[in-house]
Amino acid sequence: MPWLQRSTLGLIAAGLTLGLFLSPPDYQQGDSVRIMYVHVPAAWMALFCYTAMAGASAAALVWRHALAHVAARATAPIGASFTFIALASGSLWGKPMWGTWWVWDARLTSMLVLFFLYLGYIVLAGAFDDRERAQKSAAVLAIVGFVNVPIIKFSVDWWNTLHQPASVLKIDGPSIDPSMLAPLLLMAIGFATYYFWVLAIRMQDEIMAGKIRALRLRRAESEAGDRSS
Amino acid sequence: MRRTLLILRRDLRLALRQGSDSFAAVMFFVMAVALFPFGVGPEPNMLARIGSGILWVTALMASMLALERLFQNDYDDGSLELLALAPLPLEAVVIAKIAAHWIATALPLIAAAPVLALLLHAPAEILAPLALALLLGTPTISLLGAVGAALIIGSRRGGVLLSLLVLPLAIPVLIFGVGAVEAALMGLPARPYFLVLAAFLLAALPLCPWAAAAAIRQALE
Repeated sequence: MPWLQRSTLGLIAAGLTLGLFLSPPDYQQGDSVRIMYVHVPAAWMALFCYTAMAGASAAALVWRHALAHVAARATAPIGASFTFIALASGSLWGKPMWGTWWVWDARLTSMLVLFFLYLGYIVLAGAFDDRERAQKSAAVLAIVGFVNVPIIKFSVDWWNTLHQPASVLKIDGPSIDPSMLAPLLLMAIGFATYYFWVLAIRMQDEIMAGKIRALRLRRAESEAGDRSS
Repeated sequence: MRRTLLILRRDLRLALRQGSDSFAAVMFFVMAVALFPFGVGPEPNMLARIGSGILWVTALMASMLALERLFQNDYDDGSLELLALAPLPLEAVVIAKIAAHWIATALPLIAAAPVLALLLHAPAEILAPLALALLLGTPTISLLGAVGAALIIGSRRGGVLLSLLVLPLAIPVLIFGVGAVEAALMGLPARPYFLVLAAFLLAALPLCPWAAAAAIRQALE
C-alpha cells in the first residue's frame, strides 16, 4: 500500500511541523498544548478502532466472511496501542497542567477500561489451539464489549468528572482557533491513514501465515502418507 | 419452563452434593475481607469509611471463582452437547445454569456480607441497603460472567482469562452498588442507585443469555 504509506508519512510530518513549530502556544497551557496534537487524535483513533473491531466482528459472525475475522484481529493491537498512546500522552500533559500523572477522572478511567477490553480481546484471541474457535469467541467478546462501552462510559461519567468537555465536535462549531485546528485535523487524518496502512500490512501477514500453515500441514500429511505406504 | 426448572434443580443438586465451590467462594470472601484490616490498619473510622468498597470488590472477586466451572464441567463430560440438543432453547438452559450458579454462590455471599460489614464497623443502618444492593447487583455479575464463562470453554488458560474478560464489564455494577451503600452511609436517598442497578439487571437479563448461548454454540460446532 505505497499510497497509504506516503499519505501517512506526509500528513503526520505536516501535522507535526504545524503543531510543534508553527501553531501558537495556548494562552493558558503554554507549549504543553502541543501534546494535544498527538493525544486527541490517538484518543479518537482508540474509539474508532474499537468500533471498527466490533463492526468487523459482527460482519464476520453474520456473513461468515473470513477476511472480516482477520480484520478484527489485526485491528486489536493497533487500537490498544492508540489507547496506550492516548493514556501515556495524557499523563505527560497532566503532570504540568493538573500537577499529577494520573487522576481517577471519568474520561481517563473509561479510556483505561477500554485498554483492558482491548487486552482481554487480544488474550482471548490467542487462548485457543483451534483458530476458528479463537476467532469466533473473540468476535462475540468484541460485540459484548461494544454494547457495554456506553454503559461503562455513562457510569464512570456519573462517578467522577474533571476532564474538559469536547471542544472540536460541537453543534455550534468548534471552539478552537483555526491555527490549532489545522494541525489537529492533519494529525487525525494522518493517524487514520496510518491505521489503514498498518491494518493492510497485518492482514497480508495473517493471510500469508495462514497459507504457510496450510502448506506445512499438507507437507506433514504427505510425509506421513509416504512413511505409512 | 418445566424443563428449565429441571436443569436448575439438577445444577443445584450438583452444587449441593459437591459443595466445594460455593463454600470456597464464601471462604475466599471472608478471608479476603479479613485481610483488609491488616493492610490498612484497624482504626474503626477508616474501616467504616472504606467498608462498602471492600465488601463489593471482594464479593466481585469471589463470584469470579466459581464462574470458570459454570460450563466447563458440562463441556468436559459431554452433557453440554446433550443440553444443546434438548428440546428447549439453549438460552433457557443458560438462564437455568446462571440461576443455579447465583443461588449456589452469590446467595451465601449476600448472607455473609452483613456479618462482615459489622466486623468492619459499618453502622447498622447500611446493612439493609448493602444486602439489597448485592441482591440487585450480583445477578447482573453472574449474567455477565456467564458470557465470559461461555467464551473461555476449551481455552488454555481459563480462570485468569475469565477475570480479565468479565471484571472490566462489571465496573458499572460496582460503581452503583457502592454508590447505594455510600448514599445510605451519608443519609442520602439510595433509591436512584437501586433503580439503576435494577435497570442493569433488566438489560442484562435478555442480552447476556443470548450472547452466552451464541458463544456455547460456537464452542460446540
